[in-house]
Amino acid sequence: MKQYRAHLLVCAGTGCVSCGAFKIKAALEQEVKKRNLQDEIQVVATGCNGFCERGPIVLVQPDGIFYQLLQVEDVPHLVEEHLLKGRPVKKLMYVPPAEKQPVPKMKDIEFFKHQRLIVLRNRGRIDPEKIEEYIAFDGYEALAKALSEMTPQAVIDEILFSGLRGRGGAGFPTGKKWAAAAKEKRSPKYLICNGDEGDPGAFMDRSVLEADPHAVLEGMIIGAKAVGASKGFVYIRHEYPLALKRMEIAIAQARESGLLGQDILGTGFDFDLEIVQGAGAFVSGEESALIASVEGRIAMPRQRPPYPAQRGLWGQPTVINNVETWATVPNIIRRGADWFQGLGTETSKGTKIFALVGKIANTGLVEVPMGISLREIVYGIGGGIPDKRDFKAVQIGGPSGGCLPAKLLDLPVDYESLTAAGAMMGSGGMIVMDDKTCMVDIAKYFLNFLQDESCGKCVSCREGTQRMYEIVKAITEGKGKESDLALLEELAQITKDASMCGLGQTAGNPVLTTLRYFRHEYEAHILDKRCPAGVCKSLIRYVVLAEKCTGCQSCKKACPNDCIKGTLKDIHLIDQSKCIKCGACKEACKFEAIEEQRDEAIQII
Amino acid sequence: MPAKKKLTIQDLAKIREKTKSLMTIREGEGRARVTVHMGTCGIAAGARDIMDALLGEIGKANIQDVIVTTSGCAGLCNAEPMMTVEIKNQPPVKYGQLTPDKLRKIFVQHILGGQMVTDLVLVVGSETVY
Repeated sequence: MKQYRAHLLVCAGTGCVSCGAFKIKAALEQEVKKRNLQDEIQVVATGCNGFCERGPIVLVQPDGIFYQLLQVEDVPHLVEEHLLKGRPVKKLMYVPPAEKQPVPKMKDIEFFKHQRLIVLRNRGRIDPEKIEEYIAFDGYEALAKALSEMTPQAVIDEILFSGLRGRGGAGFPTGKKWAAAAKEKRSPKYLICNGDEGDPGAFMDRSVLEADPHAVLEGMIIGAKAVGASKGFVYIRHEYPLALKRMEIAIAQARESGLLGQDILGTGFDFDLEIVQGAGAFVSGEESALIASVEGRIAMPRQRPPYPAQRGLWGQPTVINNVETWATVPNIIRRGADWFQGLGTETSKGTKIFALVGKIANTGLVEVPMGISLREIVYGIGGGIPDKRDFKAVQIGGPSGGCLPAKLLDLPVDYESLTAAGAMMGSGGMIVMDDKTCMVDIAKYFLNFLQDESCGKCVSCREGTQRMYEIVKAITEGKGKESDLALLEELAQITKDASMCGLGQTAGNPVLTTLRYFRHEYEAHILDKRCPAGVCKSLIRYVVLAEKCTGCQSCKKACPNDCIKGTLKDIHLIDQSKCIKCGACKEACKFEAIEEQRDEAIQII
Repeated sequence: MPAKKKLTIQDLAKIREKTKSLMTIREGEGRARVTVHMGTCGIAAGARDIMDALLGEIGKANIQDVIVTTSGCAGLCNAEPMMTVEIKNQPPVKYGQLTPDKLRKIFVQHILGGQMVTDLVLVVGSETVY
């Protein structure tokens, strides 16, 4: 490694890669070379920077200047102006919504300002494919400490005392899990890293694996020493090619450097890891199903207890933790349980990563201290709802979670508060919805997902999710009955009570929370045959308001099904028999002359 | 591929020591920040040579926590090539009409030693920015 005067940190997380980050990187390298600056300026590909909304992203250090939404054509200008002449390029900087002045420095941008990075501390800072860079930022220091200065019991005590709880969703205390496995006399013992992230809209685990794979490895090696495991498995779904690639590189590097394999760091401790690819079933994220999948069987959960800590992989004691949990471990060992204890709330310690998606200005990946309010995340970091719409709900915890309304925006984000509100921490997906979202339609979406992903082992889950889906689907089509709501509640409760694994036990949540907070919307669909948000196609129709139509033909051109009639400067008409209710005409109209309407005359057949 | 040497705990500390200083730049912090003014006037007057000499000196001295940046014209074109040296918690110092030799003197005495080279100083402090 050598000294450069500037580093160009190009975000190479999956989000930015899909927007062309590697092309930007190649263009930067080429331009730097053209200007003969290659000995002064280093171009580095890092993991996900977090501000996915604005990709491709380049951070220039040491200046701390944040460039966003880059195009290959911008690169020559950027290199010439900023790197040759030292004039940061304003037009490539971030401009907050509703403001005119750009914010040059990353640390001043609202999205980054309120975050607290522990697990993601190396994101956008190191090249995840270089072990030296991880080591430079205190990587493997915790491992050295755990192997040379601490007894296995001391490591477990530290994790116990830190208050770390599983980041995969249920929030079981990690230290307790480790202690249970350590107590078992049988060997071999196994470790598993659960990277089977299946919630729609969630990408926390993927980003950690992509941005800092060595942190996950280090956590696992420490865990192996603590519980006495000799072999570990990193389970990553095959839909995550970049995460897989970076983890493979990290494991090879760790092995080559003697951080995996025999006699780790010369301390006499042996441990090795291999990657197992998941085939992408949602239920594989459930620990007993995941274990079955690693063993080569169909991913179906089994009855617990015995828990994996007693009888896990091939019947042996096994510790299975989520990606984020493993990546938190080195930080606790390095900085001490006291430090970790000091972050967060009474029962939820540390930080949590959320994937902030949906109708939000700043889509991206955020790490925040536990106990922060939803409002701070949605408005402070997320920048609020775009297009001047109103906030309606935030869906937390994936298909197992729930939708929380505006009145709960001040709810602190911790395991207990979210569960009490009917949602759950889950793995950390956060989908923000605006007033154009129909909550019945959302419930339908998640139920469809769940009935599809249910493994079918428990009748209550297999049949329960299907029946709930059918009922909710009928409601969105205007065929709902008044008695449906009570039936839905009963079904949701039974599915919850009678199913064996987490998938079934939480499958009712999307229905129960939307019924709890948005019951009036269900009632509008059932009693008035009306969709207040104007989403459910069977319950709306688009009409041209004669008094507003100027006959400009914008709608006619926008219609994909040629069902709008009218000549220039004449009032247009929509042929209802051909209309597919896509709403393209409404969007195209500049005069608000198209309205989605509920009409008493609409016949529901 | 020849097998890489297995690391010991001491090796790990050594790698960290060696690489950490190279990486401080990624955090935007260092003991000193040196700005070479590279506007058109600066480049024409030889700022490129100053930059090369500066990077050469930093490499020779084997220090890593000096941050080198560039900026545009400082407004005093007849004094180019110019450079601004900022040591932590001290006002910025501007040097003008630099040559590689003058730069080496400033590097040793001011950037490494913390003592400004009075006879070469153009101005101490910066303009008020509105």
